[in-house]
Amino acid sequence: MIWSLLVAFGVFFILTNGLPPALVYAERKLAAGIQNRVGPNRVGPYGLLQPIADAIKLLFKEDVTPRGADKFLFSIAPILSFVPAALAFAIIPFGNYAGEVRLQVADLNVGILFATAIISLGAYGIAFGGWASNSKFPLLAAVRSSAQLISYEVVMALALVAMIMTYGTVRTEVMVLAQAVPLAETGPFAYLPAWGVFQQPIAFVLFVICCFAENNRAPFDMPECEAELVGGYHTEYSSMKFALFFQGEYIAMTTMSALIVTIFLGGWHFPGMDVADHSVGMGILTILVFMAKLLGVLFFYIWVRWTLPRFRYDQVMRLCWKGCIPIALVNIAITGIIGVLYS
Amino acid sequence: MYFDFANVLVFLLFGIAFVILNVAVLSRLMRPTIRQPDKDTAYECGEPVIGSSWVRYDMRFYTVALIFIVFDVEVAFLYPWALVFKGLKNAGAPGGGMFVFIEMLVFVAILVVGFLYVWVRGDLEWVKSMPESQSGQGSGSGGTGERAKQRDAAPTARS
Repeated sequence: MIWSLLVAFGVFFILTNGLPPALVYAERKLAAGIQNRVGPNRVGPYGLLQPIADAIKLLFKEDVTPRGADKFLFSIAPILSFVPAALAFAIIPFGNYAGEVRLQVADLNVGILFATAIISLGAYGIAFGGWASNSKFPLLAAVRSSAQLISYEVVMALALVAMIMTYGTVRTEVMVLAQAVPLAETGPFAYLPAWGVFQQPIAFVLFVICCFAENNRAPFDMPECEAELVGGYHTEYSSMKFALFFQGEYIAMTTMSALIVTIFLGGWHFPGMDVADHSVGMGILTILVFMAKLLGVLFFYIWVRWTLPRFRYDQVMRLCWKGCIPIALVNIAITGIIGVLYS
Repeated sequence: MYFDFANVLVFLLFGIAFVILNVAVLSRLMRPTIRQPDKDTAYECGEPVIGSSWVRYDMRFYTVALIFIVFDVEVAFLYPWALVFKGLKNAGAPGGGMFVFIEMLVFVAILVVGFLYVWVRGDLEWVKSMPESQSGQGSGSGGTGERAKQRDAAPTARS
């Protein structure tokens, strides 16, 4: 009881206050490296205190609500984009057992369904935020991004259907255990683990594309394309409300990466680990494995953002409706046929 | 199982408490509040606001929303099927699960017919190629979205 509370608090604290500043710093440093710049280097050694300075600056900023804005929706929008992003992380198993302590906040029987339901609430944050601002740029950004978010939600759900067919479960913990076996009994594939990425490569690619689109990360950062819509849906936001949007974006990115790791990259398991070993040392090792995979995916996120140019809006929608959705439907059909013919 | 849902609730409470602490307490104590009428105006690149902020936007957003609802409902029906698919096959469903599979194929095929209809009608085309005579004069006064659409429409008209 007390342990699960401690686990929940620890996860929440690291997710909301530990990782975002680290990610902001990593993103700025990596972007600088990719663009052949130095990046933040003034505040603290190697600019390490820069994210903290930014947070303090935002705390001291005046909170302005534009005239004619819908005050209630305007205030609730950042919360709607921040809280669901963190809440969806509750179902992620970030490690095996450490002694008696289960290293997962909540092992729900609806697992993945819960995550998709909660993540799609984030679209309300953006839609309300842009709509309530009573300003032109946020309104256009809100409409564009809601259309983008709901379109890619369909692809994400269809990709997940194929994964649920493969695993036969929606519980994340069971999914990780199902990936902890070799891919084949004999032959060359016996050396590979049965990770989702090897079993369902098409679903993996679709899911990663959707994660980028759902997080509004480049090359899908339509909601806040600076060049066309100034700052997008949070143009009118300032002070801590803006900070919540900003933080929520990084938390959503972490949650999506954690979902990729759990569903497709074997979760906390690494080939050679004994899943029945519930010692504390093994528990810590599984957390480290999970963190390594998570940071790898996050690095990929940042790498892509600073490498690829942004899509045009019609390209985004075409990629979704004419590219991803037909492929996802065909993928489900293929999964079904293989499932029927081979056991 | 209920214990796990309680854990989720605890997580939710952490989130709400964090937001309240930051926005309503910490920030309120520290931030200055200097009201000026100019500050409350909507941002339009520093210029005085022109007209109402309720600009027109493309009808196509509604089309996308409509198609989305159909697909989302279908996916909601697919989830339970996907969940029991493996189990039914192992439990010796007729035809080794083939029957279960074809049933779902029929269900999806009905939706795919509608999807193809929308596709052929050109509603998935974000930039509908307009007849030459219309594209010159533009389709109404419109706001930023309307102009952006016309600018984007230019490459399609050429091809």
